[in-house]
Amino acid sequence: MAEDATREDQAFHPRILVFSTNNISDPGIDLAGSSHLHYSPNVMVISLPCTSGIKPSWVLYAMQRGFDGVFIAADGEECAYLPDCAERTAGIMTSAQALLEEHGLEPQRVRMAAVCSVCAEPFTNYMHEYSKSLAGLGPSRKATA
Amino acid sequence: MSGRRIGVYVCQCGGNIGDYVDVDKVVEEIKGDDDVVIARSAMFTCSDATQQEIVQDAQEQGLDALVVASCSPKLHTVTFRDVAKRAGMNPFQYTQVNVREQCSWTHTDDKTGATEKATRLVRAGINRTRLTEPLEPIVVETTPKSLVVGGGIAGLRAALGLAELGLTVFLVEKEARLGGHVAGYGPMFPNDRKGSDLVATLEEKVRANPAITVFTNAELMAKSGSFGNNQATIAIHDGDKLETIQVDVGSIVVATGFDDYEPAAGEFGYGLDGVVTLPEFKKMVDEAPGLLQYKGRPVKTVAYIYCVGSRQDESLEGAHTYCSRYCCTSAVHTALEAQKLAGDLRQYHLYRDMRTYGKYELLWNASRESGSLYLRVPDDEPPAVEKLSSGGLKVTTRDLLTGEEEIAIPADLVVLVTGMVPRDNAELVSVLKLPVGNDGFYNEIHPKLRPVETIVDGVLICGACQAPKTSSEAVAAGLAAVTQSGAMLKRGYAELDPMVATVYADLCTWCGKCRAACPYDAIEQVELDGRQVAQVVKTACKGCGGCVPVCPEDATDLLGYTDAQIKSMIDGMMEVSCS
Repeated sequence: MAEDATREDQAFHPRILVFSTNNISDPGIDLAGSSHLHYSPNVMVISLPCTSGIKPSWVLYAMQRGFDGVFIAADGEECAYLPDCAERTAGIMTSAQALLEEHGLEPQRVRMAAVCSVCAEPFTNYMHEYSKSLAGLGPSRKATA
Repeated sequence: MSGRRIGVYVCQCGGNIGDYVDVDKVVEEIKGDDDVVIARSAMFTCSDATQQEIVQDAQEQGLDALVVASCSPKLHTVTFRDVAKRAGMNPFQYTQVNVREQCSWTHTDDKTGATEKATRLVRAGINRTRLTEPLEPIVVETTPKSLVVGGGIAGLRAALGLAELGLTVFLVEKEARLGGHVAGYGPMFPNDRKGSDLVATLEEKVRANPAITVFTNAELMAKSGSFGNNQATIAIHDGDKLETIQVDVGSIVVATGFDDYEPAAGEFGYGLDGVVTLPEFKKMVDEAPGLLQYKGRPVKTVAYIYCVGSRQDESLEGAHTYCSRYCCTSAVHTALEAQKLAGDLRQYHLYRDMRTYGKYELLWNASRESGSLYLRVPDDEPPAVEKLSSGGLKVTTRDLLTGEEEIAIPADLVVLVTGMVPRDNAELVSVLKLPVGNDGFYNEIHPKLRPVETIVDGVLICGACQAPKTSSEAVAAGLAAVTQSGAMLKRGYAELDPMVATVYADLCTWCGKCRAACPYDAIEQVELDGRQVAQVVKTACKGCGGCVPVCPEDATDLLGYTDAQIKSMIDGMMEVSCS
């Protein structure tokens, strides 16, 4: 369609995969929608029980399939499952960054921040900022298998 | 093709989705996908009529899995799992795709983008669904007995409520007497009944109820077993003797209460003669012999300083940043009680914000009408308290509402309106694996939807151990814990969510990392065909997935969120051609 063609012609719009959590950050992201706050439709969310369950290999896989960045919307200190969730998620993030670097990708392609169940505006701002910084990095297509 | 027969329904939600996403186009895009037998749009998928259509489609087409793309899964997962069940499908082979909160509503400015994204999300949902396996809720038999930890007003009322439901109750209280803080209170807001009377009434009923066993000077020492069937070890101190007993319980209600904030030496003059905390002052008023007296001297002027130990600056080490919720009303009520005493009492209230919320606002009005003066002090400039050489006290402050000039108040007594702080109960936290929040209070799963349940199934929290509460709020939470216990225990069995961790024994080489990663003791080492492998204790697993990334052999998975499913969702999100 003509509209789509125009979109294609525009500057690079990074695709962002967000890992959220069913009880805390996903409701925050839902609230951004209920409040009709806008972020790029290239942001897509997979919700899990807890960010401590994210496999670093999923981050790499997302890049290999065409995402340009992964954003982990963590529970911070609010996780109801694991008291050390923030620490664990940070560890997963570090492993994922190492894995990306091994495959020739910038570690900035994975980010994490705490998103609470009412953090609609902070989430939207994170998406704007992250889109901008990923646009600076360019597409991830160079990821090797 | 996997041979699956998946039905896909994309909801318009009236115009909530349909106005911003071209739903028909989404349906058109995915209807040819592998395993998709039916793809349709619906005006309101959650309506009875559409639910009925889904059931009918499923039966006619032999569907074995269902995808509904509509609102947030928080709203209708249960609804459509139910539809799936009615249609003869396994409810855990249902996927809800969020195309409203996370698509149409957040991309109201970009219909093309929103439509493309919705297609990607639906495709991710179809891919995930293709890899679902039929799961059955984990059924556990439950013991119709309950353990209440803490015999304050919330625990007493909860114990009584549990017994009234027909459950056997064990009430464990650390102190020698029941009643907690409230037992020591005189008249309380809002109806002036004495705390000691309220507790005495409750205690009498509790003691008289044959279904309730009370242990004082007792503590919960250990807990084993899992949901619905716990073995609790209670230690009872009798002088130097220590007796331990074991009881089987189906639920545990934690009602361990709070501590009063203890100001640091010098904090608002604390330590000076004549500077007291709110609980100390309440006692003075309750016990006043006609005239208000302090150490035998008559008290004519009282200055209250509010928010002591509450709403502290977050830059302070260990700051209590929350509002303690009860103290404004309690101070106002105590001032009214003090005013009733003989003599002409002058009272000055130095507050930051008055939080006599709800009906308690009327008490504040009454207090002002009775002569109490309220001065609003700056947040960043706390009142200064000093001892005068004459023996009295002087409080210096500024009133933000009257020209902000410096005001010096001579006072016989300064009352620090202290708040509530969490109790240090490290042992109980470790025994029950209670989730402790940043503020030190225990965390419920959800403040509105699951306000007394914790992530540990069968362990409920209520009262001021959750957050600062008034006693009526604490009792209400206690009764909520009763209801939840009843819901779990009265049926005789309970169903647990089957989305738990699983170990592929053929890949497992037993390194113990998953067990180390699990704080719920949900992974055990077993021998299988002569090999040591990990095995998940389904009734203990909370389904967090924390054991998944630590496995060096990729031998663990979380059902419903398996490695294959997450990757298939990523594939689905990226399959769409941008033509």
